[in-house]
Order: sequence, then C-alpha cells, then structure tokens
Amino acid sequence: MTVKVNSRSEGDITVIALDGEINSTTSGGLQAQLLPFIRQGSDVLVDLTGVSYVSSAGLRTLLIVHRRAQQLNARITLVGLSEEVTFVMNATGFLDFFRIGEDVDSELERAAR
Amino acid sequence: MSPQDLTETRERVDAYPTHRIAGYRVRAGRPFPYGATPVPGGVNFSVYSDRATSMSLVLFERGAPEPAAELPFPAEFRTGSVYAMTVFGLDVENLEYGFRADGPFDPVTGDRFDARRVLSDPYARLVSGRDVWGREPDWNDVYPYRAQVVNDDFDWGDDTPLRIPTEDLVIYETHVRGFTRHPSSGVTAPGTYAGLREKIPYLRELGVNCVELLPVFEFDELDNPRTNPVTGERLHNYWGYNTVSFFAPKAGYAATGRFGMQADEFKSLVRELHRAGIEVVLDVVFNHTAEGNEYGPTISFRGLDNATYYMLTPDGQYYNFSGTGNTVNCNHPVVRDFVLGCLRHWVAEYHIDGFRFDLAAILDRAPDGTPLPNPPLLEQLAYDPILRHTKLIAEAWDAAGLYQVGHFPNYGRWSEWNGKYRDAVRRFVKGEPGMAGELATRMAGSPDLYQGRGAAASVNFITAHDGFTLNDLVSYNDKHNEANGEGNGDGANDNYSWNCGEEGPSASPHVRDLRMRQMKNLLAILLTSQGVPMILAGDEVGRTQLGNNNTYCQDNELSWFDWGLVEANAELLEFTRGLIAFRHAHPVLRNTEHPRGVDSMGSGYPDVSWHGVRAWHPDWADHCRVVALMRCGRHAKGGVPDDHVYVAVNAHWEPHDMELPQLPDGQAWHLFADTGALMPYGMHPLGREPLLEHPGRYHLGPHSAVILVGRAVSTTQATQKEMAP
Repeated sequence: MTVKVNSRSEGDITVIALDGEINSTTSGGLQAQLLPFIRQGSDVLVDLTGVSYVSSAGLRTLLIVHRRAQQLNARITLVGLSEEVTFVMNATGFLDFFRIGEDVDSELERAAR
Repeated sequence: MSPQDLTETRERVDAYPTHRIAGYRVRAGRPFPYGATPVPGGVNFSVYSDRATSMSLVLFERGAPEPAAELPFPAEFRTGSVYAMTVFGLDVENLEYGFRADGPFDPVTGDRFDARRVLSDPYARLVSGRDVWGREPDWNDVYPYRAQVVNDDFDWGDDTPLRIPTEDLVIYETHVRGFTRHPSSGVTAPGTYAGLREKIPYLRELGVNCVELLPVFEFDELDNPRTNPVTGERLHNYWGYNTVSFFAPKAGYAATGRFGMQADEFKSLVRELHRAGIEVVLDVVFNHTAEGNEYGPTISFRGLDNATYYMLTPDGQYYNFSGTGNTVNCNHPVVRDFVLGCLRHWVAEYHIDGFRFDLAAILDRAPDGTPLPNPPLLEQLAYDPILRHTKLIAEAWDAAGLYQVGHFPNYGRWSEWNGKYRDAVRRFVKGEPGMAGELATRMAGSPDLYQGRGAAASVNFITAHDGFTLNDLVSYNDKHNEANGEGNGDGANDNYSWNCGEEGPSASPHVRDLRMRQMKNLLAILLTSQGVPMILAGDEVGRTQLGNNNTYCQDNELSWFDWGLVEANAELLEFTRGLIAFRHAHPVLRNTEHPRGVDSMGSGYPDVSWHGVRAWHPDWADHCRVVALMRCGRHAKGGVPDDHVYVAVNAHWEPHDMELPQLPDGQAWHLFADTGALMPYGMHPLGREPLLEHPGRYHLGPHSAVILVGRAVSTTQATQKEMAP
C-alpha cells in the first residue's frame, strides 16, 4: 500500500497532491518523498483532497515535514482536508500547528493577488 | 564540526533479529522498561511474573477475533522473573498484544494462573476494546481489553509545568464526559477530551486554575450489571473508579478513540489547559482494580501474579478494604514500583500536575492489611524526583474504617480532602447549634488537623462528585437514589443537608430565595477560608441531580453539566466568578501558616481576629449561629500588604446588627459582597467596592454572609460619600 504523490509547479509554488491513506505502513515512504520538496524559502501546498484517512503515524509525518519547513523558512499549507481528517487533526491538536487553506485554486488565487 | 552535524546515523547492533519464533523475527529483549516500547526496527515487550511457569506473547491484528500468532518466550529471554523479547517488522498501528501466562492454580497459596486467558499488559500505554463510550462490545471476545503500542512522540511545544503554589489553587472537580456530553454544550465532540478543551474559555472566565478530573485511566463503563428500575435503561460505571489499565488514557473519552489517538487528544487538552494557566490533577484509583474478587474477570494482574498484586488472607481470599472486592497490595515492593512507575509516566508523558488518591488510606496498609506507621509507598511518592513538584492529595480514608483525616502519613508533601471541613460548614450553614467554634477552626485552615503542615494541607470542599451537588444540598433533606436500582439503599445518609422548606424543586419565591442565599453563603465561606478550595463542576450554576447523591452509574442528564444553566442561573455564576477573583486578588486569604491570633507585623491587629455581633467579642456558645472574622492585610501571605478582609456569616433565621472592628485612621470598610442581595447589588467590582453607609455597623440579614474590605478611603470615594443624598 502506498500514497500516490503528484507534484507540479505553479509559479513559485509547489503543489503536491496526495492520494490514499497516510498510516503507519505508508507514512515512512511518504516522508522520504516529501522532504526533498522542502527547501530554503520554498512555498508548498499539500493537497489532501485524495486522502481519506490520516493515522497517528501519518499526523506525525505531516508534523515532521512542517517542522523541517520551519527550520528552512519554507512555508507549507495544507488544503483539501476532508471533514473527517479535519476533525481528527482538530481533536488531537495537530491542526494548531499548520497553516490550513480551503483548496488549491483558492490558495493559488490568494498567492497571485 | 558544528553541533547540527552530529546526527546519529549508525545503526544499532541490536536492531537485528537472532531468532525466529512463530514466523516472527525476534531477539532477546530488554527487561526495562516494562510494557511495549518501540525500538529501531521493532517493538520491545517486557512483562513481570514471579510464579509463572511459562509465558507467551500473543499478537492480534487490530480487532481480529483470534490471535495472529503466539510467541513463547524462550528460557534465555528471561531475566530474573521478567520476560523480554524484541519483535521485528510489526505494524504497530494495527497491532494488539497480550500475554498468556501458565502456572499453578492453587488459590490457597495465592496462585490463580489461567492459561486459557489472554492477559492485558499492566503497563499498556494504550488499550482498545472500549474505544467508543457505551458501544456494545462482543461479550465473547477472547481478549476484551487489548494492549496497544503508542506513538509517544507528542509535540508539546513550549509547554512547561505551571507549578502554581498549592495554597493559590482553586480546584474545579469535573468529569471528562459529563462536562460536555449534554446536548446544550455546543461543542464539536461532546463528552470528550476535545470537548473539554473547547470549554477552556469558560474555565478561564470562571477563574479556576486547576481541574481535577475524575478517573481517566482506562476502565469499562459497561461493567455495571444493574438497570434503572423505573426506565429499564442500562446503568453504567459512569464515574470510572474501576481501573482496567493504569497507564492508558480512557479511549472512550476521546473523540479519536476509534482511531487509537486518545493519547494525543488527551495530551493536547493538557497542553491547552496549561496555556490557559490551568493545572491538571488526576483522580487516581490505586486501591483496587476492575478484576474484583474471585468471581470477577481475569483481565491482567490476577493471571500474571495474583499473590504479588493483591492483598490476600492467610487462606488466599481477597481482602476487601476498598469495598469493591479486592485490594491492591500497594506496599509490596513490586507493586510500589508499579504505582511509582505509573505516576511518573503520567507526569513525564502527559505533563500532569498532581494526583488525588482515591481511598488513599489503603495505600498505607501492609500486605496483611495492617496500617503501617511509615508506609514505604507514601514515603517513596513524597520524595520521588519526577513527582517532586506535583500535588499529592489523599482521600484519607478507606471503606474498611481507616479514617486518617488530619493524620495521613504526609512527609510534608501530602494534602488531604478535608471531610471535616465539608461536614462542619454544611452543619453550620443549615443552622445546627453548637457549630460556631468548629466553623471558625475550619475557616482558619483546620489548625487542629494540620498544625505543622500548614493550611495548604487542607483541601476544603463542601461538595464533590460523591454526594449532593450544591443545589441539592439546599434542596433536599434526604437522598433520592431510586434511579440507581438499589431501592435507595446506596449513597451516604449523613448529608447535613436542608431543603429550605420544601423537598425538591420549588415554585415558592421564599424557598428559592433562601436556597440561592444558602448556596452563596456556602461558596462565600469556601472561597474565604484558608486552605485550598475545591468546587464541584456545575455548582457555580446550580446543577441538580434531583436529590441523587451517588450518581456513579448515571450516564445521563442527572450527571451531565447542563449548559442552559449558564444563562438560567447567571446570578449564581456571576457571584462565584466574583468570589474566585476576590480570592486571587487577596493574598491575605491564602496564608499557609495558620493564624496565631497575635500581631507579628506591628499593625495593631492580630493576623486573624474573631468577632460576634459585638466587635472583638466572638460568641462560641451552643446557641450562637453567627461567626465573624477579620484578616489583617498586613499579615498577608508573602508579606505583600493587602486590604483587611472581614467576613461574617449568619446562619440564624433572624437578622443581626454587626458591630465592625474599627480600622486604623484613614481607612474604612467597603462592601464587596452580601449574599442577601441579588446581583448586581450583591457584589461589587474588585477595587471599586463602595463605602459602607454606616461605617461602624453592618446589618446582616437572616441566613446571610457579608464580605467587607478595609482599606484607605480614596478622595473620590470620600467626595461621593459626602454628595450622596
């Protein structure tokens, strides 16, 4: 089982769309795939529209990526969170750490303004 | 080489398996720490049993009815009486594990091994099986309470212990589920840690700086066989004083329990409470376990080492000092380690600030039940480095008649729930004769009980989860526990309550006014007494349990906090908030030293002076129902000059004209609160209290209390006074 990772550039912004479940079996591989996108000053949108579930290990992976971004003055925004993922991240306090946007289009639009 | 280059990249030598058991790659594990610990490449399992003849690790895929594998511990994986094994290649999020111990079954010698059972790990950090509160389980599950491995790398941010001095605490006793389960709570996830977290602004506004949570260690809310005789509804074990697993937070209290994220959710609650300046004290139950007596379920301890964990009679029966079937063998060296390890775990991993020990008198009993003069467990907890700054609060009695209020072995560290405070204040306020002297002693921090230990050893309370709520204390003469299914035979009978003229809800304005006043009187005494006040959640809004004084089994509106009362009883809420703010503002109320009745500051006034209807003439006679005291502001805690505070309580049905002690020149008495008047007249904003109309006297109504502050008269106030018609 894997999480599919699709990345593209929109101007200065890297958009990474994930697809699948982020859990203990997929999170290790996902972390290895995500970290290279986090570079000094980079601006990354992580699109979770295709993610149905993020487990405890999955939340930790996202947090590690976020912490790396902080170290490098990069910016990560999570978008496309399902109601369930939002609920879990909110209840466990993980949501507090992240910058959250609605979806890719509205974030790109905001950046263009 | 700069520090950031020093990342450890070398792999560990022990990150490789040496054996293969039941298809799993394993190696001899490390005996410490006990329980399941993630290590590079795998999980280390360690379990103690002194008397077992063989031990297996039993692995399940999450939720599966049958084990995926059983891995017997080879002889060489055993150190002393500890079995340890590292298993590689496990998917920890989908793993549940337990142990199977074989050994003798000979109850007379204390052995009750049963190799048919899969046993839960006593050190399990996470337990599944009751993930969603109240959901009907598979009662035939071969393994009902399943140990799991936890991700313990929570991000605490900059969370630091608050270390609020004990005497500055205002404790708020609440139930995780009951606080927000009511439909009126308006939170996203009612009845959960996350729900409580959403209500932090309410707690801040109320002014409490410590929440004491009823048990949050994993328990089984469905272990109550009774039903409500009237409605036929299932009764629960709602309070949770029946621990299944001591290291695991209750999954059913987590909105995310079904995903196994209760540890994160609870930690997030603690972090946010700390951020709001609120400490967290856990109510912990080390006196017994959910295994009950010989007829109870074998969950863990009984099957691992019955004779170690339980106090047994010479012929192997369970001692029952807890009233619940068994008694944890707290002063056995192995069990001491267990209890200490458990508390350290909650402090180190969950940043818990203190503990309230249920039926703590049991913790000083020897394995044969004899109370010990110097119980090693209590001493160990008192001096433990990890627990050094935590609050240790004893419920200093047990169910077998050991009553230690005032003389619980304390090592200068332990505080106590002061049951005598509760009773004395209740009896005085309801108007019993002969209580004036004792009320004075209790308001002074119970020096008769805590001489040498200081007033902070006294946790003062009038109501707690166990007993009437404040509203019911002034609305019922008798308990009404029929809904508990025991014919009203359960619950305490000595409630010292008074219904103010009518049993239960009343439409009479006179009765309602009197009740409001009585509740305010009780709160006014509580929050101006020396010691540590504890408020029962909901009392600030007049929560009722319809006269039920033992709602341990009531998972319904009887127990839940009805948030509609915040508006409906705004009067009482505002009054309580004001009192709490007053306490925080006046260090003179928070002295740890008991009053000596002398002037040690050269202020012209003793630290505390006692008064009656006539100033300086307290009346301790049997018929006297008026107590007044003045606390001299120059004697305030820490030497910070404070206002003088005068409190007078009249439990008499007649009014009294109180002569007030004269203040130094240039100072005058100002009115902070009078329970006889409704808001906004009954209480005045801090620092803007108005001057009394008659400077030397105060007319105290029947069943009323007044709180005055004595301080310099400001020029504006003096002018206003002159200009007043």
